[in-house]
Amino acid sequence: MARIELKGVAKRWGDVTAVEPTDLAIEDGEFVAILGPSGCGKSTTLFMLAGIYVPSDGQILFDGAEVNDVEARDRNVGIVFQSYALYPHMSVLDNIKFPLRFKKVGADEAERRARSAAQLVQVSELLDRRPTQLSGGQQQRVALARALVKEPKLLLLDEPLSNLDASLRLTMRSEIRGLQRKLGVTTILVTHDQVEATTMADRVICMSKGRIEQVGTAEDLYHRPGSLFVASFIGSPPINLLEGSASGRALRVGQAELALAGECGGAVVLGVRPEQITLGSGPLRGRVVDTEAHGRETFYHLDTPLGPLRALEAGAKARFAMGDALTFGLGHGLLFDPDTTRRIDGCVLESAVQ
Amino acid sequence: MAFAIRPLSRSTADRVLFLGPAVALLAMFFLVPAIIDVAIAFTDMGRNLRVSEYTTQNVARMLGGDSRLTGIMAVTLTYVLATLAIFNVGYGLLLALLTTALPDRAGAFFRAVWILPRMSPSVVYALLWTWVVAPTEYGLLNQVLAGLGFPAVDPKSNAPMLVIVLANGFIGASFGMIIFTSAIRSIPEHLFHAARVDGAGELAIVRHVTLPAIRWQLSFVTIYQALSLMVSFEYIWLITNGGPFFDTTVYALYVYRRAFENGQYAYGAALALGLVVVGMIMAMVMWRFFDMRALLQRPRIEARR
Repeated sequence: MARIELKGVAKRWGDVTAVEPTDLAIEDGEFVAILGPSGCGKSTTLFMLAGIYVPSDGQILFDGAEVNDVEARDRNVGIVFQSYALYPHMSVLDNIKFPLRFKKVGADEAERRARSAAQLVQVSELLDRRPTQLSGGQQQRVALARALVKEPKLLLLDEPLSNLDASLRLTMRSEIRGLQRKLGVTTILVTHDQVEATTMADRVICMSKGRIEQVGTAEDLYHRPGSLFVASFIGSPPINLLEGSASGRALRVGQAELALAGECGGAVVLGVRPEQITLGSGPLRGRVVDTEAHGRETFYHLDTPLGPLRALEAGAKARFAMGDALTFGLGHGLLFDPDTTRRIDGCVLESAVQ
Repeated sequence: MAFAIRPLSRSTADRVLFLGPAVALLAMFFLVPAIIDVAIAFTDMGRNLRVSEYTTQNVARMLGGDSRLTGIMAVTLTYVLATLAIFNVGYGLLLALLTTALPDRAGAFFRAVWILPRMSPSVVYALLWTWVVAPTEYGLLNQVLAGLGFPAVDPKSNAPMLVIVLANGFIGASFGMIIFTSAIRSIPEHLFHAARVDGAGELAIVRHVTLPAIRWQLSFVTIYQALSLMVSFEYIWLITNGGPFFDTTVYALYVYRRAFENGQYAYGAALALGLVVVGMIMAMVMWRFFDMRALLQRPRIEARR
């Protein structure tokens, strides 16, 4: 177990900056997720922690000791790759045992530990098979066992679930989470899937273009996004973002006048989550352009004086049909500065529900 | 008058079109010479190219009467094994491992250097070697030795086997190098990363990741190069001419010397036949040993019957 710290860590490939100077601390036993779109530098960060890449700048600290010059093999880190990276010519048992080969572990002890790691991830019946004879989910479990068998200080998961089908992903999500709680190993999960990140991790680090946009709990990121990027990246269907201009307590968006709680001025971007739009009552008028039935909820495309809006309502049955005129209100709304893309503190939309 | 030419069925036409040219070439350059060789092997054809009788005396001479043949076999075995193990497989592998570990440009440079001998005409290459090991003070090796204060040497007379192994090895290493390089390149990068994180050092990575991944290429290069070394003799012929005496006369060169230098065409043909048989046995043994059959996959394209 270890406390991990990054101080000004950056990675450049020639002229290309993959990771801007980054500061970050991860507590002992914590489970954090690094979330971001592909190419945002999240895997690069992970590989720097593993010792596969050397940082161009800054310091990586494990329990307060700098590890920049420590080779990957001496860092005692376990990693699960997106492709699993199992050794194709070795049996499952040999794959799991492989990391112990390079530690001073006796043959009997190695066998015992490999078998118990296999049991932990429920692949005990597959020990004689080759990786090619396994399904994706089984390979993933074996990769997890191989990462855990040496009792690592730090467990790194690089998009571990992205090659699994939807139902298996759900199972593995809770299994990995349970395993991490049981073992208490500091864990970093890299993913582009917001649901994966928010459901599994204690804290989510949202990255974009090599920079950390925001660090927080799932709730922080969803309800109090620090920037336009976080607001639009988190949430499905995505948040409504509308350009407008504010003066004092008044906000003009499209042809609509809205009231603000708090004062601000100039060009702003209004962000409203689809579920914050209440349909059927409220001061605003609009028309239904399209509806999508998603089973548990219904998704509406609206044409409104503010501009096109996405709205989400619980209930399998659509209450409004295509072409219907309706009234609606806006609940919680956030304001962003279009220049800095940061959220404007102390100035939100005054709820206009009734 | 109208001819009713029945059109070939499409599948027959396809077969002729696809296989025809290859079959014709095979027949002309492989099958016919082989048949002629077999035929000549059982005659008494000599320098005058006349056949006066059909006989098995050539085969008898090869299997018992030729006292030189045992020595020739030993020379061939030494030459093939040493060149194969040290250069064609060993050094080719080493070059591939090292140049893929280097930055791309440096790696490509060193590979290019090692391909150069392969690209130069064999006579030029052989002449260069002749000059390098020339026993006079003008030989490159002797110039270097003189510069360092050592006496001149004559490797062609004193270590002829070393000379032909080196000369063939420097050319042969590039084949394995190219095949191994592309094989190593195609290993998924994550495997190396995983091994590194799992605690493996450079040598352990080579042993546990690289070598198992290029197993088939290793087997193929070993078989292919063993067979081609067995039948090739042009560099030996050009550099030492099989000498001194018969010290570097490998089997293939012996066939040539018997047939074309001594004019014993019939005996040469019989010897060549022997080489073909030995080559086939060797290929089959190695095929089994390396389990090459497991490499052959069913064709991906379904053939129409």
